Amino acid sequence: MNPHRKIGDVILKAENISLSFGGVKALTNISLDVREHEICAIIGPNGAGKSSMLNVINGVYHPQEGRVSYKGHVRDSMHAHEAARHGIARTFQNIALFKGMSVLDNIMTGRNLKMHTNFLQQALYWGATQREEIRHRRKVEEIIDFLQIENIRKTPVGRLPYGLQKRVELGRALAAEPTLLLLDEPMAGMNVEEKQDMCRFILDVNDEFGTTIVLIEHDMGVVMDISDRVIVLDYGKKIGDGSPEEVRANPDVIAAYLGTSH
Amino acid sequence: MQFFIEVMVGGLLAGVMYSLVALGFVLIYKASGVFNFAQGALVLFAALTFVSIEKMGVPFWIALAITLGIMVLMGVAIERIVLRRLVNQPPISLFMATIGLSFFIEGLAQTVWGTEVHGLELGITDEPFDVMGVFISKFDLFAATLSGVLVAGLALFFQKTKLGRALRAVADDHQAALSVGIPLKHIWAIVWAVAGFVALVAGMLWGSRLGVQFALTLVVLKALPVLILGGFTSVPGAIVGGLIVGAGEKLAEVYLGPFIGGGIENWFPYMLALVFLLVRPEGLFGERHIERV
Amino acid sequence: MIYREAGQFKINYQSDSAILPIVQDRMFMIGLMVVSFLVIPVLGSDYFLAGILTPFLILSLAALGLNILTGYAGQLSLGSAAFMAVGAFATYNFMIRIPGIPLLLALVLGGLMAALVGILFGLPSLRIKGFYLAVATLAAQFFIEWALTKFGWFTNYSSSGVISAPEMQVFGIVIDSAAKKYLFTLAIVALLTLAAKNMVRSSLGRSWMAVRDMDVAAEVIGIPILKTKLLAFAISSFYCGIAGALWAFVLLGTVDPQAFDLHRSFQVLFMIIVGGVGSILGSYLGAAFIVLLPIVLNLIGQLFHGAISTQFLSNMEMMLFGGLIIFFLIVEPLGLARLWQIAKEKLRMWPFPH
Ligand SMILES: Nc1ncnc2c1ncn2[C@@H]1O[C@H](COP(=O)(O)OP(=O)(O)OP(=O)(O)O)[C@@H](O)[C@H]1O
Ligand SMILES: [Mg+2]
Repeated sequence: MNPHRKIGDVILKAENISLSFGGVKALTNISLDVREHEICAIIGPNGAGKSSMLNVINGVYHPQEGRVSYKGHVRDSMHAHEAARHGIARTFQNIALFKGMSVLDNIMTGRNLKMHTNFLQQALYWGATQREEIRHRRKVEEIIDFLQIENIRKTPVGRLPYGLQKRVELGRALAAEPTLLLLDEPMAGMNVEEKQDMCRFILDVNDEFGTTIVLIEHDMGVVMDISDRVIVLDYGKKIGDGSPEEVRANPDVIAAYLGTSH
Repeated sequence: MQFFIEVMVGGLLAGVMYSLVALGFVLIYKASGVFNFAQGALVLFAALTFVSIEKMGVPFWIALAITLGIMVLMGVAIERIVLRRLVNQPPISLFMATIGLSFFIEGLAQTVWGTEVHGLELGITDEPFDVMGVFISKFDLFAATLSGVLVAGLALFFQKTKLGRALRAVADDHQAALSVGIPLKHIWAIVWAVAGFVALVAGMLWGSRLGVQFALTLVVLKALPVLILGGFTSVPGAIVGGLIVGAGEKLAEVYLGPFIGGGIENWFPYMLALVFLLVRPEGLFGERHIERV
Repeated sequence: MIYREAGQFKINYQSDSAILPIVQDRMFMIGLMVVSFLVIPVLGSDYFLAGILTPFLILSLAALGLNILTGYAGQLSLGSAAFMAVGAFATYNFMIRIPGIPLLLALVLGGLMAALVGILFGLPSLRIKGFYLAVATLAAQFFIEWALTKFGWFTNYSSSGVISAPEMQVFGIVIDSAAKKYLFTLAIVALLTLAAKNMVRSSLGRSWMAVRDMDVAAEVIGIPILKTKLLAFAISSFYCGIAGALWAFVLLGTVDPQAFDLHRSFQVLFMIIVGGVGSILGSYLGAAFIVLLPIVLNLIGQLFHGAISTQFLSNMEMMLFGGLIIFFLIVEPLGLARLWQIAKEKLRMWPFPH
């Protein structure tokens, strides 16, 4: 843990969230707080509702009950692009890159919200658009350097191996310079080395830019290592919330989660 | 009022025939996820083949059997030669391939059988008869009954038989289909063959109504709004959608047409379907589906 | 050395994102422009200019329009011809109803009208996707065809519904010869192609492709989905509208709804499938292919001295088109443009294949 990093006030607050699909209750009355600069992990068995929770936070799913507030913007239902405007970025459990585009273009889309030329200026290109492109390209190149993917910049993402795709997806999210980063199983399907790289990126992002991070992860070792706080979901209910040590000692968690999966 | 009912009934009866064409789409879509634009070309091909064989002096039923054989072969061939090679392509590519297919089949049909318009006589005279003061076309009634029986039969087949359930299952769950013990390839071939059969019946009914000619392929364009209304995967949707489009189109032509110039039946069903979709994007029978991410 | 990238270092992001980063490609493009603008109009026969090149250019423009919508933004449309019709009729009406209006202005206004109608028919794309949307675009095709034939106002109450296009004049020059018509078309098409290229390489183009490839992720990034789709509909329809006006004014000399039927929509769709979905170059290659194929078929027919009926030939043409579409979708879904790219990559290695 970085000693310089200080955890701030609550910036994300979810209150009494309930979400169901037809008859399936994905989330039942869940409340959680995330503090500024924190790395918060959400864990739980398959189907516990972890991804659904992230989807509620950034407006992809709309809960039937409850509300979410981020940095004082309260809402019970918001569209994903509004969440983006408030500084929330994310990656997906099943990689959601733009398959037909290069790595560079994928990450450039992450800067879309910060680009302001209109389509007529873009049709002319020379002038405002070109300046804007170059300015943002510079920023994107920094991210490419940071993630060490310089040599694949022009490769169509569809041709990349899984681990690199995950990395590019992180890059796309980082390009938006988010204040809150949601990562849905960023290390799933990776080998040990790739996991270590990814952990380092996550810690570095948190450290250097102070980005608050909520991540879902199945690898307990990783979770205990990098998170400040762990929230445990089971069958759509929250059964644990605290420091890694507290959660590890929580009998409910042991029974419901650790007990079943090991 | 009586006139209204007459128009409405006429529309509903025509609607059943739309359902029949739409059913050909639904069958293939359910089993293989392909939106088969070539269904209209198959209808034309079937009708042309039947008429031409009959013109050679072959008796009705034998001509029918031969045509059926040809349609089944054709369905299997399409599956083998075209669709199987496109299995992992996005659905929209498959759709475009079937547009190509429809051009190919239309060209083929006319190369083989010529381009002249043939009459098709099914032996039912088109005279109106009286049901409680409402005049109904005998041919319409016959066509609607036949279509209705076919549609209902296929619906039952899908619901009740093991094979039917397997066919239904393949589109969303290949494993489930395999567990019935039928190889996927056979299932797809069967579905295409059945679609060929449906095309034959539709071709004969529409052919005897409109004459067997190129314009028959346009019938398929009438069936498309039925599909948007009813959904691509629902047999009951095809039926109800057909009825709505049939009745709506006739009523609009009669009551709305005079005010805006007539000839609106080409686009009215589309507008109807569109407006409907804006209100209920999941269609008549579809469930609201939230994309999983 | 012929075609080699080595030794050409990109010193800044500006040159890295140039339209043609490789020197040889730039030379080729300059050469092509010189030949198209200066050599061909002088040397080309009237038949070559008016019968082949001009329709090729106009259809390329329509294909480019559809490619923006379908290839880049991923919204399949079966109604491109309807937007061509709107462009043609709107331009005509601007010309006869506003006396003294410059041709170019009428053309732009016609394109804008098509864009407006495009937006209207693009609205359902917010709620429906894929096949459903494709079918919905047929509504545009049928409705617009119907409206243009039904309401006399559009054709200025001409009894046949077919109207001849007014005389064309740009900056005092009357566009009457085959060469002038060709040059006029070429200038417009070249300009619009450059604009399209610029749009697809900036953030709008990336937004289109993002929506095409994964719309949920696009929205999560903050791309406004509806606006992006509607812009695709508008710009695509604008291009189709200009193409339609050119088709009516420059090529046919008449404005006739029949020239823009469903068949034309399919023709344009086939061009982008054969040429390359999501490729500007592909729009041209596809148009060239589809324009040339019937001509070649006809030549073959003539070899047989009328032993082959035109009916047979047109049926063969249908089969061939259909077959080719299927062939391309199976063998090379990215079309001729991709084949061209592969050939170029080979050339780059040549003569050391590695
Ligand atoms: N879009 C959706 N439509 C229907 N049901 C859904 C949808 N999204 C999630 N569900 C259901 O909600 C429940 C919770 O799913 P969720 O994806 O949130 O679980 P998870 O904890 O992320 O599981 P995993 O570890 O497998 O990723 C599951 O029963 C799932 O089937
Ligand atoms: Mg999940």
